[in-house]
Amino acid sequence: MSETIRTTSLNGVHREAGARMVAFAGWDMPVQYTSVVDEHMAVRTKAGLFDVSHMGEVAVRGRGALPFLQHVTCNDVSRLTPGRIQYSALTTPQGTFVDDLLVYKLAEDDYLLVINAGNTPKDAAWLAAEARAFDVDVADVSARWCQLALQGPAAESILAPLTATALSAIKYYGFERGEVAGVPCLVSRTGYTGEDGFELYGPWEEAERLWHAVLSAGAPEGLVPAGLAARDTLRLEAKMALYGNDIDDTTTVLEADLGWILKLEKGDFIGRDALARQKAEGLTRKLVGFETEGRAVARHGYDARVGGVSVGTVTSGSFAPFLRKNIGLAYLPLASGEPGTRFDVSIRGRLEPAVVVPTPFYKRPR
Amino acid sequence: MVPSDRRYTKDHEWVQVEGDTATIGITEFAQGELGDIVYVEAPEAGKTVAQGDVLGTIESVKAVSELYAPVSGTVIEANASLAQAPETVNRDPHGAGWICKLKVASRAEADALLDAAAYTTLIG
Repeated sequence: MSETIRTTSLNGVHREAGARMVAFAGWDMPVQYTSVVDEHMAVRTKAGLFDVSHMGEVAVRGRGALPFLQHVTCNDVSRLTPGRIQYSALTTPQGTFVDDLLVYKLAEDDYLLVINAGNTPKDAAWLAAEARAFDVDVADVSARWCQLALQGPAAESILAPLTATALSAIKYYGFERGEVAGVPCLVSRTGYTGEDGFELYGPWEEAERLWHAVLSAGAPEGLVPAGLAARDTLRLEAKMALYGNDIDDTTTVLEADLGWILKLEKGDFIGRDALARQKAEGLTRKLVGFETEGRAVARHGYDARVGGVSVGTVTSGSFAPFLRKNIGLAYLPLASGEPGTRFDVSIRGRLEPAVVVPTPFYKRPR
Repeated sequence: MVPSDRRYTKDHEWVQVEGDTATIGITEFAQGELGDIVYVEAPEAGKTVAQGDVLGTIESVKAVSELYAPVSGTVIEANASLAQAPETVNRDPHGAGWICKLKVASRAEADALLDAAAYTTLIG
């Protein structure tokens, strides 16, 4: 963890808006503006605007870009066409996570990787080391990009008057280059909330203009600024993994229940052997969703037990504001991982009953 | 807003002693720091605590934190309405959001805590 705390170009805007600020992944970020529950519900029913400029961006360019990305990620980058995005992972030789990421194909031989803020220095070093064997230019361009996430069912109608880009033509996990309120942006139909919405990547120094334009355009439709606390509860309801909580360099892609991003047939890549072996031999544990019946929340790091014996660990847990119940994710032995299976979570010395449930906990109506 | 009719701890609890009954809650500042409260685990009646002991647990969406006994005593009653409406602590922390009542031997411990002016200075 870096000693100096960094700020996005919207720091003053957040403080002026009365946001409660917190140190997250080395950044001074808004955790909430009014109430995490209100912000969460606004995203589920109307829209919320998040400053996620702390996220890292890495440009990968050159004739060797595709083979390089095939080597460092577990998904099949050859399937991407310009304007499309892929969720993937940077994998270790053990098949665990260096990070999870989005891969944007800007053009042939031209990609943008979006990585976790706290992992940016580590990922950049990892990528630079692996890039030596390829004809590729890898550059950490995080400082150039701001990122705003406009999320919620009203996102498209809020954004439409601000841009000439045909938003309805952008499919989920697709993007277009365009202008939003006069600011040049990548307009990406992605998010970390389980709702429809857009992530806008613009020049770092234009963040304030973009933020105010989107916020004023959306205010009549109920758009509110939303903080990292709501982002966390929203992503958990949608069962989207959080690096550092649910996935890290001790958990494999298969254990994390992310087999759909693993393309063993694409050819060799870092971690392929370990993952192929694990797939053939079968898993011993898997990330599953659960609910607890009591009011106490099963949180990150709490022990999961069966018959009083420790069998796994809770990786994320929260009161789910939309579902109005306590949910969580835990690594459990396969035998205990089927929906309907009961287990206990040790919460401050008491065993609280929990049950494995199908995920995602929340799926938006379409 | 820090009411002057009670005393405060550095852990952001308040205590108001009337006769031999001490009513305990968390401050407006504390509820703001915690955010949306989803569960208050209050102590059971009859439990005896010393000043500084863990009296209960307060969970918000974001975090869990412990409630410490600002004074020594025996639990008479917990605020039963919080089981169904823990958000009352956010809405009215100094009033309807009280957490429990203790029977105390004297008001000496409470009188030695921070008064409203000192607590206001503490929270800046």
